Amino acid sequence: MSIKVKFFASLTDLVGMKEIDVEFESELNVINVWQSVCGTAQMPAGCLYAINHDYCEPDQLLKDGDEVAYFPPLTGG
Amino acid sequence: MTVRLSKEPFSPYDLLLQTEKELDGRRRKIGASSIFIGSMRDFNDGVSVESMYLEHHPEMTVKELEKIADRAEKRWSLDHVLVIHRIGEVYPSDPIVLVAVWSAHRAHSFDACRDIMESLKSNVPFWKREKREDGERWVTKNTSGSSADF
Repeated sequence: MSIKVKFFASLTDLVGMKEIDVEFESELNVINVWQSVCGTAQMPAGCLYAINHDYCEPDQLLKDGDEVAYFPPLTGG
Repeated sequence: MTVRLSKEPFSPYDLLLQTEKELDGRRRKIGASSIFIGSMRDFNDGVSVESMYLEHHPEMTVKELEKIADRAEKRWSLDHVLVIHRIGEVYPSDPIVLVAVWSAHRAHSFDACRDIMESLKSNVPFWKREKREDGERWVTKNTSGSSADF
């Protein structure tokens, strides 16, 4: 399955990219995708996740064509 | 409800005057207006800050702001909600966010204004990158919204 992976703010510095398209053969959840794409880079505490522009839980499974985004802690306002 | 982002600096006071005019016939039933304006400080954690870049998630930001405002309109009796948030480069004293709530009674406008602002802080995908005297860095957490923490 094809997944678009996006990183925001400090995470782009941490993993060295803003986005990447990846192919997976098995079903993966949000945390599995991070581990597969980011290698040894540890996800900072307090990160949030979104699938197709809606917040989701870390164990949510991805489907073919999904976009998953990783956010560091929010600092707006 | 009016919710939007602004790439350019804005005057919250001009926007409030403009909105007051647009309220028109509804204005006579409004007894309370609560307003929060967040602006950029020239210091953070004891270090001088020259400017700040506000990054956001273009497909989610307005949607999440609208959810928060919509939830407030369902929870309290409100006549109007206005939320404006800056994106891009901001400088000390620039307004970053305006939350304004109009209602018949102060209990509803006070509570809704604070709820919208605190929910924005924890739910809307914005991030700040500071340009400081000691270099650039991402802000890693928001300061508390409780006066008990200061």
